[in-house]
Amino acid sequence: MTDPDGATADGALPGGALPDGMLPDGSPVDGSPVDGSPVDGSPVDGSPVDGSTVDDATRAHGFSRRAMLGAAAAGAAAAGAAGAGGFKVGRATAPILGDMAFGFHGDHQSGIVTEQQDRLHFATFDLTTDSRDRVIALLRRWTQAAATLMTGSEIGAGAVGGSPLLPPDDTGEALGLPAAGLTITFGFGRGMFTKDGKDRFGLAGLMPEQIQDLPHFSGDAIDPAFEGGDLCIQACSHDPLVAIHAIRNLARLAAGDASVRWAQLGFGRTSSTTRAQSTSRNLMGFKDGTRNLRAEDTTLVTKWLWAGPTDGQEWMTGGTYMVVRKIRIHAEVWDRTSLGEQEAAVGRSKGSGAPLSGGNETTQPNFQARGASGSLMIPTDAHVTIAHPNRWDGAMMLRRGYNYTDGADTLGKLDAGLFFIAFVRDPRAQYVPIQEEMSRSDRMTTEYLKTVGSALFAVPPGIPHGATLGDGGAFVGQSLFA
Amino acid sequence: MDTRHGWVAPRALAPRHSAAIERRRFRAVGLERAGAVERRRPTAMGARAATLATIAALALAGCTSNSTNGAASIAVAIADDTCTLSAAQAPAGHAVFTLKNTGSKVAEFYVYAADGTTIIAELENVGPGITRDLVVALDEGTYVTSCDPGMDGSPIRSDFVATAAGRTESPSAERQAALDAASTQFLAFVRAEANSLATKTKAFADAFAAGDDATARSLYADTRVHWERLEPVAESFGDLDPSLDLREADLGPQELWMGWHRAEKVLWPPTDGYAITEADRASIAAQLVADTLDLKSRVTDPAFTIAPFAIGNGAKELLDELATSKITGEEEVWSGTDLWDMQGNVDGAYAAYESLRPIVAASDPALATELDQRFGDVNAILATHGSLAKGFVPYSALTHADVLELSRAVEALSEPLSRLTAAAVL
Repeated sequence: MTDPDGATADGALPGGALPDGMLPDGSPVDGSPVDGSPVDGSPVDGSPVDGSTVDDATRAHGFSRRAMLGAAAAGAAAAGAAGAGGFKVGRATAPILGDMAFGFHGDHQSGIVTEQQDRLHFATFDLTTDSRDRVIALLRRWTQAAATLMTGSEIGAGAVGGSPLLPPDDTGEALGLPAAGLTITFGFGRGMFTKDGKDRFGLAGLMPEQIQDLPHFSGDAIDPAFEGGDLCIQACSHDPLVAIHAIRNLARLAAGDASVRWAQLGFGRTSSTTRAQSTSRNLMGFKDGTRNLRAEDTTLVTKWLWAGPTDGQEWMTGGTYMVVRKIRIHAEVWDRTSLGEQEAAVGRSKGSGAPLSGGNETTQPNFQARGASGSLMIPTDAHVTIAHPNRWDGAMMLRRGYNYTDGADTLGKLDAGLFFIAFVRDPRAQYVPIQEEMSRSDRMTTEYLKTVGSALFAVPPGIPHGATLGDGGAFVGQSLFA
Repeated sequence: MDTRHGWVAPRALAPRHSAAIERRRFRAVGLERAGAVERRRPTAMGARAATLATIAALALAGCTSNSTNGAASIAVAIADDTCTLSAAQAPAGHAVFTLKNTGSKVAEFYVYAADGTTIIAELENVGPGITRDLVVALDEGTYVTSCDPGMDGSPIRSDFVATAAGRTESPSAERQAALDAASTQFLAFVRAEANSLATKTKAFADAFAAGDDATARSLYADTRVHWERLEPVAESFGDLDPSLDLREADLGPQELWMGWHRAEKVLWPPTDGYAITEADRASIAAQLVADTLDLKSRVTDPAFTIAPFAIGNGAKELLDELATSKITGEEEVWSGTDLWDMQGNVDGAYAAYESLRPIVAASDPALATELDQRFGDVNAILATHGSLAKGFVPYSALTHADVLELSRAVEALSEPLSRLTAAAVL
């Protein structure tokens, strides 16, 4: 929404055109994987797909709380036998649920190039401890819990399996639900490295320059209630309850060490992260994320998404950076704006998503095209004009945003908009200059949007395949504490 | 269904299982040995890991062979194609199977009865890299363990024997003596507080009835501290709490408002002209005195006792009170003396913990260390806003940042405190 076209691979630079349908790296945009690797290879044994950028998000075995229910209902069923009645037992019928669970281990964290799910629960945390050891212990707990939750299991002794004298380890609202494609992604904010001038954990020298504070963009109205955080967790799932359950239980595991600073629920993805996904619409009613960076664009993903060993902080190799912006839509104003003005502000047709210069959704915009009256068909201050990647040396981002609504404000207006999430290799090059220009010149942004929340995180690499979790085991961000 | 069917996570709340839950609940409380019980074990691990950590605690629980309950510990090493148990037998009683999956597949582990089909306990979805515990109560006899690294229906099975070693899982005489001592100690605290409450209430009530509002105001918060320290005990009597501590927001239609908070509104009226008759003053004062004397006489009755589990649960309830109504300033909406109440709640919870501490320090030293630290943190924050001796600032003087800091410290204390009862009693 803030940029249906922004940071994409639209091609056609006014001064150096690429053929339509060709990405700057020469790869096709027709949806075929660049290197022919499977996008959704579903190995039944849960082993990873090697060599592909999507391996972290490879669909693994689908075992679920629901499958467990089947197993329980089967009562005395012998191992390996299918459950009698209800759902099939997960182990014997993995393909049925096979596309519902993603593997936790991988070179990169899940929830980035993973095919975007429908629901979001995002939370940022303040670290309330000054102890480096406690932060490490927290990350270990979170890592093991995340890996467990992603299989569709309850954590610890479960929701009803523990001692009656103890509060249950798991809060239980996801009992009976499958993993529902849950991914859990952890990020580190500036407060992990230095806060109020203090280097609490001996990490100040390891702070990536990529997460220097975002500048104030024209028109920003950041509410401190939606700003920053020492840590963040993004939980995405096809089931809102599964995502909420994940954040709720992870927050509980943090008690005493980290406390929720702010959080956001999101619904209805506003991006597509694989070619198999259709383009969705945002709350402005326009197709959004038409030219997003996608999992199959392995060359581009390597170039624009994953931090490399020479990017400044070697521990971030295989990681990425996460820009989070809560962008409210002036919905009532937008809704009473004429169709012509809406399309002029965006630069695209509301119905088809095609640029106003003609064609279909995937056609390159022609910024020189003029209509019968002699005026430019795509206005110079249209969103597509300002945000077009060719204006920005082809810079791309992987957007993974969601719609949000917090109900109505005190004036009775719809309190809703876009919860913008983008993953980039360097926000200084791939986000800040584009947003600066948009906040000044983009009619859609300046007239109809207001950014009320903002945060920036370093997303460390994933946990290698085969790594043991738990006490003394691997944890997210381990390379930072090495 | 088989009454010995295991009840372990993950599991759903199907109606047919509710009876099993109740049975198991009963069993676990009584520490009987039939059926499967999975619960967190006391461990001798480092303070950090033990703190809050469901997962970490479970991951480490394998090292519980020296735990107070003396559960047997069996390591189950799972790789892609192999599954090895560290022992083929264990003494009857609780056994902890610690599953460690070093393979790349999602694994599961079952304990069956001798027939090889009746499930005693199960743990599924043990993902790559994960360590989890399965705690099972085994009667003497033969069992079959089944471990399936790929959950693909080709499990590795082996026999497992629970031998008739004479281990007891009832509280030892030593533990029982410690629990009795805890009850005695906490009861002494409760009686002392009830006595102070009755005495101070009389002075407050006299001033209030006499219309000496300045004196009454000066005594109000300091008197209520004693109530806030023993509130869960008072609540256990059912009738005293509504009579003494009802807030205006708690009132039902036609309900007569008496007690502390009625007096509070009179002493700190919302606007000029919140009037009350002398007769009403007298009646409120008399009721306060009568109720607090009643409370005192009930807790000083030689037959009155407090069970150890009630001590631990009472501590949690005090913190819950603080976390819900005090931290928001709802409790003392007219007087703004919520910080006195908070200090009272913390004092009462600490007294309860202190009485159980010797037991917890032995059964779960990491929890004791954590609670020492967290109580200290909360008290240190409260001390930045005043003291009982010199008085606290009114709630309205707290900034949002102050309240947030206090709330976070209370949450950090409350999570480990929720494990106090089990650590002391189990």
